[in-house]
Amino acid sequence: MSNTINGCGSGNCACKSAASVQRRDPLDETDYGTPLRHADIDVTLEIDGESVTVPAGTSVMRAAIEAGVNVPKLCATDSLEPWGSCRLCLVEIEGKRGYPASCTTPVEAGMKVRTQTDKLQSLRRNVMELYISDHPLDCLTCPANGDCELQDMAGVVGLREVRYGYEGANHLKDKKDESNPYFTYDPSKCIVCNRCVRACEETQGTFALTIAGRGFESRVAASENVPFMESECVSCGACVAACPTATLQEKTVIMLGQAEHSAITTCAYCGVGCSLKAEMKGNTVVRMTPNKNGQANEGHACVKGRFAWGYATHKDRIKKPMIRAKITDPWREVSWDEAIDYAASEFRRIQDKYGRDSIGGITSSRCTNEETYLVQKLVRAAFGNNNVDTCARVCHSPTGYGLKTTLGESAGTQTFASVEQSDVIIVMGANPTDGHPVFGSRLKRRVREGAKLIVIDPRRIDIVDTPHVKAQYHLQLRPGTNVAMVNSLAHVIVTEGLLKEDFIAERCEARAFGQWRDFVAKEENSPEAMEAITGVPAQQVREAARVYALGGNGAIYYGLGVTEHAQGSTAVMGIANLAMATGNVGREGVGVNPLRGQNNVQGSCDMGSFPHELPGYRHIGDAAVRSLFEEAWDVKLQPEPGLRIPNMFDAAMHGTFMGLYCQGEDIVQSDPNTQHVADALSSMECIVVQDIFLNETAKYAHVLLPGSTFLEKDGTFTNAERRISRVRKVMPPLAGYSDWEVTIKLSRALGYEMNYANPSEIMDEIARLTPTFHGVSYDRLDELGSIQWPCNEKAPDGTPTMHIDEFVRGKGRFVITKFIATPEKVTRKYPLLLTTGRILSQYNVGAQTRRTENSQWHDEDRLEIHPVDAQDRGIKMDDWVGIESRAGQTVLRAKISERMQPGVVYTTFHFPESGANVITTESSDWATNCPEYKVTAVQVMPVEQPSQWQKDYSRFNTQQLELLSLATTTSSGK
Amino acid sequence: MDVDNLIEMANRIGQFFDSMPDRAEAVDSVADHIRRFWEPRMRLAILAALDNPEASASMEPIVREALSLHKADLQPKTAPA
Repeated sequence: MSNTINGCGSGNCACKSAASVQRRDPLDETDYGTPLRHADIDVTLEIDGESVTVPAGTSVMRAAIEAGVNVPKLCATDSLEPWGSCRLCLVEIEGKRGYPASCTTPVEAGMKVRTQTDKLQSLRRNVMELYISDHPLDCLTCPANGDCELQDMAGVVGLREVRYGYEGANHLKDKKDESNPYFTYDPSKCIVCNRCVRACEETQGTFALTIAGRGFESRVAASENVPFMESECVSCGACVAACPTATLQEKTVIMLGQAEHSAITTCAYCGVGCSLKAEMKGNTVVRMTPNKNGQANEGHACVKGRFAWGYATHKDRIKKPMIRAKITDPWREVSWDEAIDYAASEFRRIQDKYGRDSIGGITSSRCTNEETYLVQKLVRAAFGNNNVDTCARVCHSPTGYGLKTTLGESAGTQTFASVEQSDVIIVMGANPTDGHPVFGSRLKRRVREGAKLIVIDPRRIDIVDTPHVKAQYHLQLRPGTNVAMVNSLAHVIVTEGLLKEDFIAERCEARAFGQWRDFVAKEENSPEAMEAITGVPAQQVREAARVYALGGNGAIYYGLGVTEHAQGSTAVMGIANLAMATGNVGREGVGVNPLRGQNNVQGSCDMGSFPHELPGYRHIGDAAVRSLFEEAWDVKLQPEPGLRIPNMFDAAMHGTFMGLYCQGEDIVQSDPNTQHVADALSSMECIVVQDIFLNETAKYAHVLLPGSTFLEKDGTFTNAERRISRVRKVMPPLAGYSDWEVTIKLSRALGYEMNYANPSEIMDEIARLTPTFHGVSYDRLDELGSIQWPCNEKAPDGTPTMHIDEFVRGKGRFVITKFIATPEKVTRKYPLLLTTGRILSQYNVGAQTRRTENSQWHDEDRLEIHPVDAQDRGIKMDDWVGIESRAGQTVLRAKISERMQPGVVYTTFHFPESGANVITTESSDWATNCPEYKVTAVQVMPVEQPSQWQKDYSRFNTQQLELLSLATTTSSGK
Repeated sequence: MDVDNLIEMANRIGQFFDSMPDRAEAVDSVADHIRRFWEPRMRLAILAALDNPEASASMEPIVREALSLHKADLQPKTAPA
């Protein structure tokens, strides 16, 4: 199966130019001035006497630069549409009058262009002279020194004097805005090129910036001319990246100056997996900029990836291994060898006492593929059982199950760029502008271009109605009714004759389809019948279904609002049913696209982190697969699945699971029913936590092994589009070892030898043993920039779009998805439904982002409540409110918000003291045990003081921080 | 293991497959799901519950049927240790 990189093969279509951009050298940093155009036909013109051929629609500027002629420019940059305001890129074109701007002039066949003449020289110099007459001449002490396009252009045009002097009206005394913690706005240096304004619109899609005033008064303004921090600015940094001068400048660059070297790496926050350029001086990060050749993000980033990396050198980092016998003992700093030997001897002691299956491990979806692979290998080979799981258990495990069952592979079907070809986009249970902001920007751009947007979410999330983006339908359903909604949409498609019959006949199992069609056609699944359950008017559902089925390329993007339910897996399969029923699988612009939570949660699943699966999603019970690994690992593997995370807790409470190796995961804060998790951990005899901070789980640990950040290791991450990208070490591990090296040490101490000199050797082993990875290696990654698996003999450059000619499982399988109400029901005692989620500036448990200036945007978790529910309870904005569920009680401050629907409240879980998961229950997905974070029946009441849990937590936390500060060194050495 | 919780989990699995029109396929699917995803301790505990009239009574009929019919299949290939 080939893929789109090779295009259609005709050599005469738009995919030809698409292919050429994918083949571009991943290290090419040239700014081509205007965006690449895809076109069916090529145009040949002459530039400075040389013949140049480019796709039709290309600008003269881009054609020149591609041919190696760097036409001077200031307001043009290839991430933005041309603007034509700076008048520096003027050219002469034979037969045309005047001096057109090359950025706004499209190429024409036979055009003869001259980029340098005496007249052009003089015009450009005059323009530059005017710019400089109102610009500070502090180049030597300017933070952009060494990275200033204005300075470069002054050099290029040969500016030698400013005849107007500097005393006239000017902006030199304009005041700097330093309100944003990460960058400054210095209007005195602004040349009003509009690049920042356009970046905010085109790249980010927030429209926070504008040019205020007219003529000489024109200046960049955030919102209504307020400081950046008070404006709608989301601090994505697109404006800073676009600014050609020091007007918008990173504070770290102001402090440190320009970087002297750099490395391309991959963001360690969300599942978008942006490619970033770590700009360095020695081992110090100067700034992190989005990599314009990064295929996941194409030169964009967000406030987390671009700016919130300061946690890597935060004072709270754990720098020495530590041990203690009981969690009420002070920590003791020990050597690596002592800590590792202690952990190994404890694990073996526990196994001797309680049995081989009494211990297990949790792999980290924040660590690299190579590290994750090693931890699951350690559990299976050195522990001798299959008790390994990962945080995907609590987020996208239903995606793995649901997509494998229906389509045949546990992953999304598309590239992110595919959305550019979508005509109808369904966003269900996902909040991309907060959770996956760089994809959110792509999505908004496509909607601005005219694609229709259908949002299915209990909350009125930003994308429902944001500048220049408005959802055509917002199906604001009750939490816990996704399956009812999906079935209603399917009902309309089946009963109104909107099925893509030929696709279904050719590509799907006929018997299963027939059964499914009969099921969804039942009256009980009609939008009218389901209206009482979902709360969404039937007419809206009918119209939305028609738009999805008939509107052209239909793509579904979904998130944890789909998976984290008692029927999470059912809903995922329901979504796959919809896509198959409408023929929306197997080409660009369509598909079923899970928006993955953590940076490497796709990768950790691919690497065999689930207790029932070896790498590549192959069941542990399959003797042939098992024997492949047994031979490679020289060990006997257990044929039965191991315990999943919630099962581990359950077994711990019953005394049969007594030891845990937990790498880079904070189960105490992130998993539901905190008190149950804490009780389970308290009943274990040895918990080994490997983390960069003393996280909540580490407070229950007996061995604390210092972890390393993504800046301190080599490896790969795999994002939500199956894209494997390199992570590159730019500084030595703070505590001496990268995480993969620590796992090797532990394995050796357990008597199981692991031999890898470099993570590339681990990837080679993964590639050898996993058919979908056969073609992956660090050399190939360097060559291609990144690779989307499957990558093997059939698809040597990877697979951007899956299921093109046939489904991975052969025929697609429709699955009957009956709606079954969650056991978590509202009652008179618990009359409201709590749903939980995330916010743009904070990430997951917040361990990283809380240790950055991102907390300026969000420094506490709030309870969002609808005005009616608030009024009923006498709750006012900022009041302390108690939230009680069957599992527990906590107290937060209220935020009254019409984003909520009456009867539904919402909070985030970024701060441990909030105790959001004290309230969530153990209700979980039937197929995978993924917790039902999104539906908890609660009561909310005004209160005067923190909850008992919070008081206990505060005491426990203080005690644990003290035990850390009492850490004493007992032996020396690394 | 917490048998009540396991029965609750099994019932939810049962409810899902119960909607399949082919009863034999539905029953087999319940057993297959438990065999593929449940660790031996969990399987042994729920099989033991089958013999306890009170616990057994709290199981959905399809779960009881699946466990009874596939008792041998659901026995772990290796004893938990």
